[in-house]
Amino acid sequence: MATKKFMFVNRKAPYGSVYALEALEVVLISAAFEQDVSLAFIDDGVYQITKGQNTDAIGQKNFSNTFKALGDYEINKLYVEKESLEERGLTQDDLMDLVWEDEDDDWAEKPSIIMVNRSEMADVMAEQEVTLSF
Amino acid sequence: MALEIDGQSIELDEEGYLVDLSAWTPEIAKALAAGEDVELTDEHWDIINFLREYYEEYQIAPAVRVLTKAVGKRLGKDKGNSKYLYSLFPYGPGKQACKYAGLPKPTGCV
Repeated sequence: MATKKFMFVNRKAPYGSVYALEALEVVLISAAFEQDVSLAFIDDGVYQITKGQNTDAIGQKNFSNTFKALGDYEINKLYVEKESLEERGLTQDDLMDLVWEDEDDDWAEKPSIIMVNRSEMADVMAEQEVTLSF
Repeated sequence: MALEIDGQSIELDEEGYLVDLSAWTPEIAKALAAGEDVELTDEHWDIINFLREYYEEYQIAPAVRVLTKAVGKRLGKDKGNSKYLYSLFPYGPGKQACKYAGLPKPTGCV
């Protein structure tokens, strides 16, 4: 099967709608087809990968730790838009430390988060063959 | 579907997975395995315990490819291959081991 460049664009907050969780499920399924998968976090989507999420009060499953498994699925390109963080008073320090282990480099942990500005994000999107927005 | 253990009825979904993941006990694992003519050995438990820890940490049941790689890293290369895992879980290490471990069917398992 030919490999295509897939990008999943996350624009919504993690809770309050089903988009974020559904997107993550599709991302994990897509990994089974060994495609070149990347994720983008834009607008409120950046909240999906913030640290210290606690869903006790809303009675929903806290699925933020599932993002830490993406490295195991060889999904290690998580593009985060700088402007979206800044507009929400956030910095990269507010995001989870998402890494992947490079099997060819003695399992060295390498960062999965790639900070880009708005115009760089547009360039990355332009390179994709399939873009799915959630 | 339901599983009867010590007079208690444990609810299962139509494919035999636990409905309430928090209801899991090692006895349930043994009973589910016995229902498929499998006797759980230490080698089975290594995988079942690994899956439970993985779910606890990441909130998902890993795809079989991920499981294979992770087992290889944790338990050694001789165990991190599909031949070994299929020898323990002939119906598919993802599906069958997750069932015994009380996890949902792996995401991406088609």
